[in-house]
Amino acid sequence: MRYLPHTPEDVSAMLEAIGLEKIEDLFTPIPEDCRHREPLNLPEPLTEWGLGRLMVSLAEKMAVWPEYKVFMGAGSYGHHAPATLPYLLGRSEFTTAYTPYQPEISQGTLQAIYEYQTLTARLLGMEVSNASLYDGSSALAEALLMAIRITKGRRPGAGDPRGDTESSPSSSLKPQASGLKPQVSSLKPQASSLKPQVSSLKPRVAVSSLVHPHYRRVAETYLTPPGYEIVVLPRLSNGTTDLGALDRIEDLAAVAIQSPNFFGCVEDLGAAAGKAHARQALLVASFTEPLAFGLLKNPGSQGADVACGEGQSLGLQRNYGGPGLGMFATKMKFVRQAPGRLAGKTTDVDGKRGFVFTLSTREQHIRREKATSNVCTNASLCAVNAAMYMASLGGTGIRELARLNYDRSEYLKSALKQAGFAIPFAAPTFNEFVVQLPRKTWRRLLDKKMIAGLPLDPYYPDLADHVLLCATEAYNRPDLDTLVRALSAEC
Amino acid sequence: MTNPTQHSALSTQHSALSPQHCLAATGLCLDEPLLWEKGRKGRCACSIPKRDVPTAPLAEHLKGEGPDFPDLSEVEIVRHYTRLSQWNFGVDTGMYPLGSCTMKYNPKINEKLAALPGFAGAHPLLPVELAQGTLQIIHELERDLAEITGMDAVTTQPSAGAQGEMTGILLIHAYHQSKGRHRHKIIVTDTAHGTNPASAALCGYRPVAVASDEHGILTAEAVNAVMDEDTAGIMLTNPNTLGLFEENIKRIAEVVHAKGGLVYCDGANTNATMGIVSMGDVGVDVLHLNLHKTFSTPHGGGGPGSGPVCVRKHLEPFLPVPRVEEKDGAYSLNEDFPRSIGKLHAFQGNFGVLVRAHAYIRTMGAENLKKASELAVLNANYIRERLRDVLHLPYDSRPCMHECVFSDKFQKPLGVSTLDMAKRLIDYGFHPPTIYFPLVVHGAIMIEPTETETKEDLDLFIEAFRAITAEARENPELLRQAPVRARLRRLDETAAARKPCLAG
Repeated sequence: MRYLPHTPEDVSAMLEAIGLEKIEDLFTPIPEDCRHREPLNLPEPLTEWGLGRLMVSLAEKMAVWPEYKVFMGAGSYGHHAPATLPYLLGRSEFTTAYTPYQPEISQGTLQAIYEYQTLTARLLGMEVSNASLYDGSSALAEALLMAIRITKGRRPGAGDPRGDTESSPSSSLKPQASGLKPQVSSLKPQASSLKPQVSSLKPRVAVSSLVHPHYRRVAETYLTPPGYEIVVLPRLSNGTTDLGALDRIEDLAAVAIQSPNFFGCVEDLGAAAGKAHARQALLVASFTEPLAFGLLKNPGSQGADVACGEGQSLGLQRNYGGPGLGMFATKMKFVRQAPGRLAGKTTDVDGKRGFVFTLSTREQHIRREKATSNVCTNASLCAVNAAMYMASLGGTGIRELARLNYDRSEYLKSALKQAGFAIPFAAPTFNEFVVQLPRKTWRRLLDKKMIAGLPLDPYYPDLADHVLLCATEAYNRPDLDTLVRALSAEC
Repeated sequence: MTNPTQHSALSTQHSALSPQHCLAATGLCLDEPLLWEKGRKGRCACSIPKRDVPTAPLAEHLKGEGPDFPDLSEVEIVRHYTRLSQWNFGVDTGMYPLGSCTMKYNPKINEKLAALPGFAGAHPLLPVELAQGTLQIIHELERDLAEITGMDAVTTQPSAGAQGEMTGILLIHAYHQSKGRHRHKIIVTDTAHGTNPASAALCGYRPVAVASDEHGILTAEAVNAVMDEDTAGIMLTNPNTLGLFEENIKRIAEVVHAKGGLVYCDGANTNATMGIVSMGDVGVDVLHLNLHKTFSTPHGGGGPGSGPVCVRKHLEPFLPVPRVEEKDGAYSLNEDFPRSIGKLHAFQGNFGVLVRAHAYIRTMGAENLKKASELAVLNANYIRERLRDVLHLPYDSRPCMHECVFSDKFQKPLGVSTLDMAKRLIDYGFHPPTIYFPLVVHGAIMIEPTETETKEDLDLFIEAFRAITAEARENPELLRQAPVRARLRRLDETAAARKPCLAG
């Protein structure tokens, strides 16, 4: 076995040094009744070549580009990534190191993470980013838990009102009241009523129904056992969140809004920040497509207290959904309540610049059960991947690419409108949008090796025969024209 | 503006040193500025597709300024990250005996297979009939992990060990809730990793500490003294973080079960027990694994990892959804588990890590997995035996498992600490062991060599450590100044925390 280097002579010499006769003698501390009685029943081992053959045959069962045209986003985006990225990420000094416990021999990872934190903070318009979390969904859950910690004792009735609430910029995006038709579409609408033990003193968080449905479910998994309540905010007819419901929620710790939201619609984060801050709550701005901030206003400039989301679109492969990248950024005044690792700048004893992980007194290995999170490491290699991508695009490139993404999806949107398809939500969108499409048409396109978006009815039962379509720079005008023609032909 | 000294090609610090005891070459050590200290506006390292659609209107009030990123060329990016990578020490650089982290060799074929376009390019929400390859891998990996641990069912959704722990505690919480019980405490051993109590607290449990005995293991009596009907269960690590097998596990499980509690086992140290211990048969109800430890997937500088959770039958209804199922060779995703704790990950977990672990298990097979554990234990005991006359071994009554824990008790009177010895190991070309953990050993030095190290490399490590203990007697200042052969010398962590500079 090529990974196991010991010769029989090595084993004998080592056992002799230990003073034992056979390998089994090393295992005498394990009682007989704790042992496997039979050898493990696993498939026969494969050679490198046999394994390659098997895995290629499994990989070939997958519907991927270029055989399939996948016009689907919904939290996982198909962008071009430079060939330099897998090449550089494959350097085994990055891949085979562990979390930098010994900074003197880990400066590569540490500087790369410090740069990731810097670029992330700049992209999101926030003061500080952590070294990353697992994915966008757990980043949202961690943000909500952090907001609950921060607002503890601040909520009305408990004194200590926030003195530092900024007036948030308002914008004219706010939809007019004509469209006000609250429509709760939580994936598990019964969930909040399942907790009769929740005392009225337990804090609540408000989460938009247009936050990625899977992210809401992960947040529910994290928040339900400690007894926190999630109130789902309904949507307006234009495809954005109805913030009106916020006025009726007591003990509010956080408001979570995704922008661009699950339908691709750009939300008015400024208005949400104003509402949240007026209630001493934090605004958590979630996202799944951070490339949008190359074109659109970033969350920080609109008053977000935490900006968190998925960084897959920044040059990471789709990988059937993971590993992704949990991006998490906040204001400096909240940093000691933040989850996860943080790389910071310092000097060595000779005064040379270097980097270390810092503020670790927040973390589990020091604080144990009083830690801000149980997170131990980060998605380090994915963070470096995203930093490489952001640096490869540069400030000039990201503006150009984000604009092209917007224009391509707008082109698709208007071509579909022209072909007679209904676009139900009027709010401006980035990269993806909802379109009315019979399920049978969607099915027929599968036969033509086109995945015409994500059918929405499993997530929003009121949107049967609607799909969420996505267009990025990875599909050019002829690709989009082909899609429109194929859809028109089937309808 | 850029400081010109940052561009100097050679770090003079290294060339002046004599190669005494040199086990690793230093060579060129190129300095490299921060990204935004390089570049010129207007450069781009990314090929941007030609505009082939009209510019669409966009309301001015929605537009942002765009991020302040540096503009760099492709060669600047390549050199930047190539240089940074050279400042890192990884398993491919040399021996990395970081205790409880299982820094074994990461097979290269697994990297190649994970990068196959069918896997790397697969959208997570593909219709199941178009995602049979990934679903089959998840299903088979879950089946094999159940077989290896002796448990009944597995979820591969948790993204890391700590999330696996949290999943385990959520399962225990859901189980008690389904029985109408409201328990508030959970027993955690004093040798536990810090993530154990932190994960328990996330689920609203108050951790109750239980101490191990003078031999470093837990007794059923100690557990019995704290176990009551307000306690949800126990979290223990087996083999524990002292590298010892918890041989009373069966009786401990009986004590906990008798009061209605459940047994959670942290499986971080499973590299000692593959093919040997059946956790399902010793009374463990729920166990997490770290694929990036035991199953050879790369640690990535601190992630991404994967923390599957294995359970006995009675906890299966609570596993995260969706679950991958197989019927007549067709794979599907089933959401219909009304008692499930919910979702831990936006999609199916870290598939890119799962595929590597699957490739590893398929390469190894049953016999070699068992042999890997045996050799991991052999390597650890060999180091333990050959260093025990120069380093204090606090628990020595029985063989260790895959790691051994020493302390700096012999060196303390000389004014030398565990940290000093660890830093000096860097000068000898080794990654230091885990230090100051577990907390029950003062000045702990936790060495886990793993099975993929040759006897020759173990001997070099042993000789280096023995030389360091001699230096501690003869020239302790050498150790206190170490490392001197790394790119940087010791870093000021106090200043970093006092005035945090977290972005440039």
